[in-house]
Amino acid sequence: MTKPNTYRAGPDEGGHFGIYGGRFVAETLMPLILEVERAYARYKDDPVFLAEKAYYYKHYVGRPSPLYFAKRLSERCGGAKIFFKREDLNHTGAHKVNSCIGQILLARRMGKTRVIAETGAGQHGVATATVCALFDIPCVVYMGTTDVARQAPNVFRMKMLGAEVRTVTSGSATLKDAMNEALRDWVANVHDTYYLIGTVAGPHPYPVMVRDFQSVIGNETREQILELEGRLPDSLVACVGGGSNAMGLFHPFLDEPDVLIVGVEAAGEGIRTGRHAASLTAGRPGVLHGNRTYLLQDADGQIHEAHSISAGLDYPGIGPEHSWLKDSGRVEYATITDQEAVEAFHLLTRTEGIIPALESAHAIAHAAKMAPTLPKTHLMVVCLSGRGDKDLDTIAKISGPAGAGEQKKGQPL
Amino acid sequence: MSRSPQTRLSRRFAALRAEGRAGLVTFLTAGDPDAKTAWEILKGLPEAGADVIEIGMPFSDPMADGPAIQASSLRALKAGQTLKKTIGMVARFRGIDHDTPIVLMGYFNPIYSYGVAKFLKDARIAGVDGLIVVDTPIEEEDELCGPARAAGLDFIQLVAPTTGEERLPKVLARASGFVYYVSITGITGTRSAAVADVAQAVELIRRHTHLPIAVGFGIKTPKQAAEIARVADAAVVGSALVNVIARGLNRTGKAKKGLGERVLRLVKGLARGMRAAKGGRGAKRKAA
Repeated sequence: MTKPNTYRAGPDEGGHFGIYGGRFVAETLMPLILEVERAYARYKDDPVFLAEKAYYYKHYVGRPSPLYFAKRLSERCGGAKIFFKREDLNHTGAHKVNSCIGQILLARRMGKTRVIAETGAGQHGVATATVCALFDIPCVVYMGTTDVARQAPNVFRMKMLGAEVRTVTSGSATLKDAMNEALRDWVANVHDTYYLIGTVAGPHPYPVMVRDFQSVIGNETREQILELEGRLPDSLVACVGGGSNAMGLFHPFLDEPDVLIVGVEAAGEGIRTGRHAASLTAGRPGVLHGNRTYLLQDADGQIHEAHSISAGLDYPGIGPEHSWLKDSGRVEYATITDQEAVEAFHLLTRTEGIIPALESAHAIAHAAKMAPTLPKTHLMVVCLSGRGDKDLDTIAKISGPAGAGEQKKGQPL
Repeated sequence: MSRSPQTRLSRRFAALRAEGRAGLVTFLTAGDPDAKTAWEILKGLPEAGADVIEIGMPFSDPMADGPAIQASSLRALKAGQTLKKTIGMVARFRGIDHDTPIVLMGYFNPIYSYGVAKFLKDARIAGVDGLIVVDTPIEEEDELCGPARAAGLDFIQLVAPTTGEERLPKVLARASGFVYYVSITGITGTRSAAVADVAQAVELIRRHTHLPIAVGFGIKTPKQAAEIARVADAAVVGSALVNVIARGLNRTGKAKKGLGERVLRLVKGLARGMRAAKGGRGAKRKAA
């Protein structure tokens, strides 16, 4: 692939990032997809829309989120200076709300009176239920039964917020099946319903729209690191499931050639076991959920179930822009296993007093691997995409109630 | 617009017009519940009254389908069905039937994974007449629609209640074989549309195309099929047939004895219902 002049120009008007992306949806939905595209094009630079979004980011979400220098963790790792972009401090506890605010303001302008969403970890479901409560819009969230069981606190939150949580039993009963079911709902309720997609995937314009809303993460990071250190970071690290927090952090830096950018996929029980969610590392291009992208699939093009301890990364696809960034070589993609993520969860909790989401723990684990190999002058920004309260049950089951006390000796962490 | 050379689909719809009746399009998933039973059903369909045979290419994530067809896809995949086997089944069918058109229906990923050019070539050689692929709208026409037509396969476009008058001519300009009107905004096998609404939509489509119009989604009974036969050129029945398969399985998911016959009995009932529908659109056209 020849090196493009810019990595920030995509997508084209058909929603393609190279061969990835596009609009692979049923005819029934296509007119709606075009309607969303038109509405987004109309409002994305509209000063009133932007002012309203900025208002809610500041006063409701609590933006800007801090860029925090993790001194103890950096010392512990003995290398790079590690900074955390604290998306876990947002209202609702994750980066998901950034896109939900943007999309709900758009849905209102489109005159939609009902919102549906899919959720894996429940963070996007909670964020959607939250903005729907705020704007008094009925909300239905689809969630696989596997995820309902392992993310009970978020299910309870969604219900408290007035959302209807519909459990999905088909397929692997995780995020991909929840997305199938949300698409089926949308087809049946096209006239009044807005589908509020949680990540940078799905048919155009969702990947670009969600990326744009999430780019607040990278834009703030840029200002904050310049203020703190007087220069741009040397590296960025973020976890990727669908890839929205990563796209949000990465996009404003894609054309900075000196910034090393790393996305971290979930290796589950290990890439070689086949039980993982690393679509870029171990998948190949295919078409699912409205876009062409790297997918976990068998030789016949049937979609594999993904496996990750982290419900938010448990998806057999990835946003199409990540697929393009992988092929172009601009972004490196690494993997972290369930076990490494759990160890990083404990590490951050004990060194910094921050309980991270298991999704974010994948990024932390990789950062902790990279940092010791780098000089002390190296500035590394890690997206702490969400807080870990929702994962306490999962951790308690694995590590016992004593948590990190049972961590094995001799771990690199 | 005249089509030449004649295809199996155009010959079949011309014959239906000459008989003054609408056609029955049956949908079943390839390899459901297993390859042997599926073959028994397939070979019996023309005699039972299927005018066009639609065969589903099973996919793990059939986003536009309701629970019945989702389950049928998963049964077939579990029984080991692949796209290669599906194409092989059509080739075998062509050994015993040269006239009944066969349309493969499904989702893009298994085709993309197989390789579009290889798929089109293999399908054509096997005797496939047309394709219905749910998730390649006209915006993605270069992916499959264009190559399929270039390879001599009909590409059946779906038209939905949401399509709208401005978009309709663009969709129809890329259609061949017949037009498939999705009569509800929803997934397969759920609600049924009001016949008056269907009639209105079919009339609108007819203003923009000379292609035959088939109506599907939610047609479950001989009576409903007969009603649709009065307003359209063909009725598609899928979930109702697939449900007969679902009910005909034992606790381990194996086909009970006589399952194939039960499916074919429903096809016969549907065909009888449609043939009895007097004053059908086909009849009117013939009269005119």
